[in-house]
Amino acid sequence: MLYRETGQFKRNYAADQQLFPIFQDKILLAAILVVALAIIPFVINDYWSKAILLPFMVYALVALGLNILVGYCGQISLGTGGFMAVGAYSSYKLCTAFPELNLIFVILFSGGCTAAVGVLFGLPSLRIKGFYLAVATLAAQFFLIWMFNKVPWFYNYEMSQITAPPREVFGFLVSGPQAEPAAQYLFVLGFIIVFTWIALNLVRGRVGRSWMSIRDMDIAAELLGIRPLQTKLLAFAVSSFYIGMGGAIIFHIWLGTVEATEAFDILQSFFVLFAIIIGGLGSVLGSFLGAAFMALMPVGLKVVLVDWIGMVPVTAKHIEFMLVGSLIIFFLIKEPHGLARMWQIAKEKLRLWPFPY
Amino acid sequence: MAEAQVIDSGGVNPPSGSVDTRTIGDPVLAVENIIVKFGGVTAINDVSFDVRKGEIRAIIGPNGAGKSSMLNVLNGFYKPRSGQIKFAGKTFPSMDPYYAASHGIARTFQNIALFRGMSTLDNLMTGRLLKMKSNFFWQCLYFGPAQKEELENRAHVERVIDFLEIQPIRRTPVGRLPYGLQKRVELGRALAMDPDILLLDEPMAGMNVEEKEDMSRFIMDVNEEFGTTVILIEHDMGVVMDLSDRVVVLDYGVKIADGTPDEVRANQNVIDAYLGVSHD
Repeated sequence: MLYRETGQFKRNYAADQQLFPIFQDKILLAAILVVALAIIPFVINDYWSKAILLPFMVYALVALGLNILVGYCGQISLGTGGFMAVGAYSSYKLCTAFPELNLIFVILFSGGCTAAVGVLFGLPSLRIKGFYLAVATLAAQFFLIWMFNKVPWFYNYEMSQITAPPREVFGFLVSGPQAEPAAQYLFVLGFIIVFTWIALNLVRGRVGRSWMSIRDMDIAAELLGIRPLQTKLLAFAVSSFYIGMGGAIIFHIWLGTVEATEAFDILQSFFVLFAIIIGGLGSVLGSFLGAAFMALMPVGLKVVLVDWIGMVPVTAKHIEFMLVGSLIIFFLIKEPHGLARMWQIAKEKLRLWPFPY
Repeated sequence: MAEAQVIDSGGVNPPSGSVDTRTIGDPVLAVENIIVKFGGVTAINDVSFDVRKGEIRAIIGPNGAGKSSMLNVLNGFYKPRSGQIKFAGKTFPSMDPYYAASHGIARTFQNIALFRGMSTLDNLMTGRLLKMKSNFFWQCLYFGPAQKEELENRAHVERVIDFLEIQPIRRTPVGRLPYGLQKRVELGRALAMDPDILLLDEPMAGMNVEEKEDMSRFIMDVNEEFGTTVILIEHDMGVVMDLSDRVVVLDYGVKIADGTPDEVRANQNVIDAYLGVSHD
């Protein structure tokens, strides 16, 4: 009864094409923003920031990027970890080369660097599709990680581990060991809000339609006048931009110290790919739900098993692996189109509730 | 060929009561001596014909005659081995798909080639992509020029939706639609491009009688109201003979007849190709 669009008439196309046409959705979004902006910053502490909110937000940003490429444009990529590493290392180089540069621009520029690298590795996508493209992007993963370990220029000829220097944004320390959790949280949240909004705009407009047409039927798209190479490369660029920003934020804000082989290995690529498959391919909301599932489920299970039941942490870790794995299988059987689709079905049912149809 | 002529449609069409007021102009598209080979197979062998502005031109022939290959040559998906294509006042050895699309050639496919994950509205809006020019920056913001052109094109697409009477399925993902409606949406996507020339590859395949009647009506309306030139592949001879102004008949990649429906129907080669020749 609560969620219903009856009586909400749209009198022009602009009203019909807005992002959240249903009034109740707007209220929900406003409530989420109020909680995220006005309540969480005052109650956040180091544990919540480092263990829960930052991982969730960072992986949501990266998953959003990968979803643009895989879910919207249909190009499978396993190079996510490598592209995150490009973002992290280019932000490190920018940060140390230009110490005065604001961290916001550092992260945006490192996104740009990653976009360039992504376009380069996206070039084969014109000729190879599907699993073969996945293998080609796997090459990107291994090559990039190898490069960041073997070329000393990238880690400034010191140890192969890179450490984020302390940086202030608007007078608040957001990077480095002394950074305030609330400042870090708001800094990342700003990126999340702005770039989620941009992603929503892109996928509902001309660019998004050209991506989806390539995904669904590339031959027909070509005969409608869509140029496949440019469209795919744009998807690689935008996707890598997001992933690169995610990598830079992981390095500067969340971890502070990274080593390419550990932080950005192939498991990261799979982790993000699983997140978007579970969350829902081709859905912005799905990227968030998938990231929440993959990043928060282990934390939640650990709290339940170790803190509440009192299990030995090592045993809990093993059980956690088993449970997360079986939960993934359960969700994929229950709803192969992901959590976003579940949410959509729930909304459709709610629209008619209490009647069955 | 210079002067426009009002066509005499041979008494078969238009349907009883209406008067054909269309004007058939000069040839807008012509193929000359086209040869298409796939490995050792010659799909199209030395075929030439032209299409005049505003007419409905049918291509018929038995299965495997090279009809679909011909359409693929016309909008640039196949590159012919030799021959030339005359279009928009220029002569090409082969067509470029982007050039064809941006100069008003739209098509539908034999096996529906819709974007299954997108809604009907989005499928039709994809047909407008070439008309949308706003740059990436405005696209990111969905503001200013991007929003303006989005709304203009939405208005245009809504006219196509009204024309095809598919208003109730606007928001439905096309993968969920029944076959007949998918065919109609595909025609809508082609119409959304504002085409001068519409290539239809078996628009009525697999349809029942009512759906065929609807589709025939849409094709005739498009042709008459918007003056769109239609090139049509169809197996239903009743439809072809009623709708088309001139018919090309292909058999094993060779053109065996070309003319009005009545001429084609009386042509001995065509009868032989369709019915077979007795060898006694």
